[in-house]
Amino acid sequence: MAEKITISPVTRIEGHAKITIYVGDDGKVTDSYFHVEQFRGFEKFSEGRMFYEMPQITPRTCGICPVSHHLASTKACDVIAGTAPTPTAHKLRDLMHMGQMIQSHGMHFFELAGPDFIMGFDADPKVRHVGGVIGVNPDLAVKAVKLRAFGQEIIRKLGERRVHPIFGVPGGVTRPLDPADREWILREVDNHIATTMVGISFLKSWMQDNHQMMEEFAVFPSAYMGLVQPDGALELYDGQLKMVDADGSFLEQFDPADYLDYIAEHVNPYTYLKAPYYKKRGYEKGIYRVGPLGRLNVATHINTPMAQSEMRLWKQLNGGKPVEGTLYFHYARLIETVYALEHVKGLMDDPDILGTDVVAPPGHITGEGVGVLEAPRGTLFHHYWTDSNGVIQKVNMIVATAGNAWAMNHSVNMAAKRYVDGTQLTEGMLNRVEHAIRAHDPCLSCSTHAIGQMPIQIELIGSDGAVLDVLKRD
Amino acid sequence: MGKIKVATGWLESCAGCHMSFLDIDERIVEFFKHVELTSSPITDLKHPPIEGVDVGILTGGIGNEDQIHEAKEMRERSKILIALGDCAVTGGICTMRNFFPLEEVLRRGYIETESTVDGEIPAHEDLAVLTDQVSGIDEVVPVDIYLPGCPPTADAIWFVLTELLEGRMPKLEGKVLKYGMDGG
Repeated sequence: MAEKITISPVTRIEGHAKITIYVGDDGKVTDSYFHVEQFRGFEKFSEGRMFYEMPQITPRTCGICPVSHHLASTKACDVIAGTAPTPTAHKLRDLMHMGQMIQSHGMHFFELAGPDFIMGFDADPKVRHVGGVIGVNPDLAVKAVKLRAFGQEIIRKLGERRVHPIFGVPGGVTRPLDPADREWILREVDNHIATTMVGISFLKSWMQDNHQMMEEFAVFPSAYMGLVQPDGALELYDGQLKMVDADGSFLEQFDPADYLDYIAEHVNPYTYLKAPYYKKRGYEKGIYRVGPLGRLNVATHINTPMAQSEMRLWKQLNGGKPVEGTLYFHYARLIETVYALEHVKGLMDDPDILGTDVVAPPGHITGEGVGVLEAPRGTLFHHYWTDSNGVIQKVNMIVATAGNAWAMNHSVNMAAKRYVDGTQLTEGMLNRVEHAIRAHDPCLSCSTHAIGQMPIQIELIGSDGAVLDVLKRD
Repeated sequence: MGKIKVATGWLESCAGCHMSFLDIDERIVEFFKHVELTSSPITDLKHPPIEGVDVGILTGGIGNEDQIHEAKEMRERSKILIALGDCAVTGGICTMRNFFPLEEVLRRGYIETESTVDGEIPAHEDLAVLTDQVSGIDEVVPVDIYLPGCPPTADAIWFVLTELLEGRMPKLEGKVLKYGMDGG
């Protein structure tokens, strides 16, 4: 008799989702689905607002990466206002964006996904969370909390608030960097690089001890996409978009404003999360992956020394070809955290950083603007159309997590088939399936700007529809 | 003194209120000394324990049928229920969709958007049905403490939690209700 298992809600991820797993008579998994359950409708309800309100409205799609929305929106507004940010404003936005990368990546590794590595995939769910980590390794836990706080404080010092800051305006930012805050950042930053390196060495030894799991946990080919600098290096705030194929060969490089020529989105009726793909290949052949894994597979190198020495190791993981294993997202995330911290340091020494010319005058309303950057979870697109007065007529957003929508569903399927035995369910099996989602660090409120909420309950449902067994985490 | 049991949940929201809670920074060590955190988006416990918790915290408003069920479950199992953040208190920014028919909002998202090809409005037996209107949680269940803010500051959240730990009902006034321009 076929059975269905439901994991609801998926936890230690941002947003609301559930997983359903179908099990055949022999207890083997036949299929599985990842359902994102929330939809809010930013693309509709922003119509009729003034364009310059968008940098305050759209961050509410996501409280974990509000800065990404705030700045992508501000970039779109620059274009609509017919202006461009001053050099100082551009660098201060980049600085705030690095604060966001540090806090989001830091929190994900240490506070959301970390408990699986530190406490174990099969640990009691009552302690398999940040509170449990505080119990077994308070020193590391406090350092991790401070790492996240450092990123959040960079955001607050620039934008007054840690969550939903007020900073970007068309043509610039609201205020310069206080020299005292620059001193504070320089005093603090090395401690946080050290904490991240502790995380990297912990993860590397875990990867070594669990080599088999690394090489069998949702490993599959795909194309990859991310921003790059002019020399092909990793870029997170502003640059050209590059796509590479599954074997690492070049596919496309383009101005992000032209994204509609290269990217389209597919709707799957079982989820509110849309799945973007490379338009020329169609769905599903054109699937690509984004986020830390996608970016490191696309970039040729990293232009900061400590991150680059890890990047060299990254490029050796699969003999120079893209790294395919889903668990490697974690390593990539920590490498990017080191880059973000080093880049913050570099920005502090930039002659423009204490400049006071922080906003350029507006031009004429152009009627259309695209803003693109690399959010912690992947490439984020904001595209607005206005009338001649700047009133929003239409909005299109492709959100970072959506870039991995197909990959998350596929990873769940692979993990379920590998780890779930329908004849003898354990909580740890299900946690591994959840981790297939968690490794992507999805942000579902975002991705469905649509929608977002993720909690887990597993039901075994017979082919006649009767509930045979329920496994809940409560 | 035994630990007090707390459960938290997010409904129609952006997760920013939980981020503001994590912004208590190192105070989280103190928090875990006094609190047993049961179900929460940051743990793997999916529902508040049947025997109940001392304090239930809900962030986010009501925007789909599952959230109505979750709000009721949290209410039934909590001695004190806190509506934390603007969305829980009034529905917040999510209520902007109330100005449009639901059908139009879905059509824009899944059919009309410029990057969408061959779109359709998602519908599935495992997908929550959206409510016509978004509201605060007190349209569905009675609330004991309202803490507004988008999000409320970490200090405001800490004040409410520590007052409850001291056995007092928090009195929200002055700076606790001010947010946005003073470091929140």
